[in-house]
Amino acid sequence: MSNLNGKIPQDLTSIAEVEDAKLAAATEQSKSQSKIVLERFLKHKPAMISSVILVVITVIAFTSVGFGPIPGWWKLSYLDAGSVVNGGKPTLSLIPTWLGGSGITIGDHPFGQDSVGKDYFALVMNGAQKSIIIGVVVGAVATFLGAVIGAVAGYFRGWVDEVLMRITDLFIVIPLLVLAAVLGQIAGRSSGSIFALALVLGLVTWTGLARLVRGEILSLREREYVSAAQAMGSRTSRVIFKHLLPNTIGVIVVNATFAIAGAILLESSLSFLGFGVQPPESSLGLLISQYQNAFLTRPWLFWWPGMIIVVIALSVNFLGDGLRDAFDPRQSGKRRRPRAGLFALPTRKEKP
Amino acid sequence: MSHVAPENNAGEYALSFNDLKVTFETSGPLVHAVKGLSLAVRPGEVVALVGESGSGKSVTSTAAMGLLPSNANISGEAKIGNVNVVGLEQGKMRKMRATDIAMVFQEPMTALNPVLTIERQLTEALELHGLAYGKAATQRAIELLEMVGIPEPDKRIKQYPHQFSGGQRQRIVIAMAISCDPKVIIADEPTTALDVTVQAEILDLLRELKDRLNTGILLITHNMGVVADMADQVAVMFQGSLVETGRVDQVLLHPQHPYTQRLLAAVPRLSSASITAENEPHSAQTAPAGRELVLEAKDLVLEYNMRGKIFRAVEGVSFDVAKGEVLGIVGESGSGKSTIAKAVIGLLPVAEGSLSVKGHNLPKLSPKQARVVRKQIGVIFQDPAASLNPRFPIGECITEPMVVHKVGTKASRIKRAEELLDAVKLPRNVINRYPHELSGGQRQRICIARALTLNPELLIADEPTSALDVSVQAVVLEMIQELQRDFNFACLFVSHDLAVVDMLADAVVVMRSGKAVEQGMVKNVLHAPTHDYTKRLLAAAPVPDPHAQAVRRDAWRVLNKTK
Repeated sequence: MSNLNGKIPQDLTSIAEVEDAKLAAATEQSKSQSKIVLERFLKHKPAMISSVILVVITVIAFTSVGFGPIPGWWKLSYLDAGSVVNGGKPTLSLIPTWLGGSGITIGDHPFGQDSVGKDYFALVMNGAQKSIIIGVVVGAVATFLGAVIGAVAGYFRGWVDEVLMRITDLFIVIPLLVLAAVLGQIAGRSSGSIFALALVLGLVTWTGLARLVRGEILSLREREYVSAAQAMGSRTSRVIFKHLLPNTIGVIVVNATFAIAGAILLESSLSFLGFGVQPPESSLGLLISQYQNAFLTRPWLFWWPGMIIVVIALSVNFLGDGLRDAFDPRQSGKRRRPRAGLFALPTRKEKP
Repeated sequence: MSHVAPENNAGEYALSFNDLKVTFETSGPLVHAVKGLSLAVRPGEVVALVGESGSGKSVTSTAAMGLLPSNANISGEAKIGNVNVVGLEQGKMRKMRATDIAMVFQEPMTALNPVLTIERQLTEALELHGLAYGKAATQRAIELLEMVGIPEPDKRIKQYPHQFSGGQRQRIVIAMAISCDPKVIIADEPTTALDVTVQAEILDLLRELKDRLNTGILLITHNMGVVADMADQVAVMFQGSLVETGRVDQVLLHPQHPYTQRLLAAVPRLSSASITAENEPHSAQTAPAGRELVLEAKDLVLEYNMRGKIFRAVEGVSFDVAKGEVLGIVGESGSGKSTIAKAVIGLLPVAEGSLSVKGHNLPKLSPKQARVVRKQIGVIFQDPAASLNPRFPIGECITEPMVVHKVGTKASRIKRAEELLDAVKLPRNVINRYPHELSGGQRQRICIARALTLNPELLIADEPTSALDVSVQAVVLEMIQELQRDFNFACLFVSHDLAVVDMLADAVVVMRSGKAVEQGMVKNVLHAPTHDYTKRLLAAAPVPDPHAQAVRRDAWRVLNKTK
């Protein structure tokens, strides 16, 4: 707090007085922890770029082909077949004519067409929608379950902890893909809705977070503010949800992002294997699976959904990285080192 | 700086600083931790570097060891013998450690590696510096252990750190420090983590070793009693600058700088006690009639269940506290004093006996009734950094008891918080600040405010000042006293510091391994103790007066011989 130095009397001779004077002179807006975290997060460049990319993809995916009954601005539907134009090659061109390209145009089928003439842009956007929905729903369900189960196990310990953690172990020892495939098919058959699939994936992916939150709570519950809350007669629910869980928010938020990325990839694998989203609905994994044979002849049928999966998953991971650095700056491993010699950069102290 | 800088014949100094400046680059502005320090330690001399937290005393010692983090900028000189270690390259610095400069750390448990035997850790430095190898190194290590007073060193050298007591661990750390015959030892709060009786032993050991080995010791401490006990020279630091240096009797008895004067005035002192004389056993506590009992324990037994093993932490302790009274519970670590506080605030079930608050026997109450009783109990904990939820603004922290017990409206709660902030002398605008913006002492005052929110009948204070600096402790203690006068609550004050209890309490219980060894009015127990243990505790607590401390040291030795 450099701006205080001028206001604090210099002749104080007691630490207690110096501290009180500092506090009295402190004029800067006090910041809550979440605000400090947000500020650090906003300074994290990869995370900010990723957020922009994610927002752009989400907005385009949902507005272009429309969502549910709401129509989108893209003229073609992912369900209608049509005549295959020019072998279904993408009409999107980004190389301007003066560089020898065909100019910046979008054309009728920017991502090309599949073998029956469906517009691939519409298909991919529809698939991206599915991936995003799956990611968000799975993230929410898995995070909620994991946080609550972990918190309850960590707070009560004893037999509650034993039972909950053995259940967690049970989910962990069964290969995730097998479990998700079986449950996913049941969900897919009974309702056919993407939300049912997402819910099921959420029900099998909460385990990692539960363990992390439990560990965190085990250490937090020994803090004196928890003892203080118990001593003043707070109910257990208040202690868990007001005092303990908010203090594990760092772990929870960071892992939620990784859970989202994991869920998107899991859905892709499931759909690729034929256990996830069923045609005529499309999903990115399903598209890759459907056109895997066309990889050599019509590579765009593989590349577009593949790239979108990679971009979404990478962006979400970068977002998680940024959040982790924001919550725990000591973990980032970046430290400013004094540079010397030719490559010396002006440091803070050389500035006026 | 008006202080005498070490002259140029630095050769005669084991360690000397000349105009040492240390600044840290942080994400905020530069932090000036040490602002031009000049100091010298001669061989065989103990120089105490005294100061409160943030005064830069530990940074100074770390600079001498060359262990400052990479965001520190150091200028000036820190000489070990004739070698200036500021800016010295890592390889050369590494060769000097242990052979020229060694360190004794504060917390012996974390200073020793738990997965290596003592032998490995002791011989490591010897082998690294090529002083002895293999059997010879082990032999030397056994000698070292013998020198620091570990019984049966040839057997115990094969053991791991957790098999030793806290005091023994610190002895081992000291043995490691002297293993390569360093010119100077930096002892960074070497006794802060130890009990007073162990502290007295460790100080004795350090004193003996430095005379025998002619090593200079830079003793970093905040405890003026330790200074009086050990030091030849004293240097007082405040906010990164040296404010006063001189001989120990001169600084402690005739301090010149106002900071030193106030610091010494803030140290709670035990009024004179007759430790050596045989005192008449004092008659049973003559309680004045008409006391309104708030807390009463009868034959209290408390147990911890450690994975099926029952451990009795408190056995058959009886005491009572009446309205307006302060009962101190003193004892060393493991005596069960904090366990009693835990039981009163309901964090530990009562195994046997009764514990009643205002006539309600806690073990017999239903959870609902217990909640009502708890409304009348306020608690202050030891660690101000951990006892406030970091996500709650101060206002919410203070009014939380009201929220829990559904007392008042939003407006009345804010009003109450403001009243309480006035009572603990903090500005009202603190209400919207967060705990991390306050210092330790200020947070502890917030804890006091929170404890008083519902006008409790009983205040439980569990070592409320032991994590605070001396001058801050004085402020907090004075505040507790003042508030107790105003609000007239009963108070159970748990502390390891006899002087603090002497200052604050009316009655006292002295505990040792779960049992009350002596109890009664403070004026009897602490001033004319009958039990040997109380006497030893009193004798071991150092006082900030070198002459008086020399007398106490002798008394302590006599008591220990008769033990």
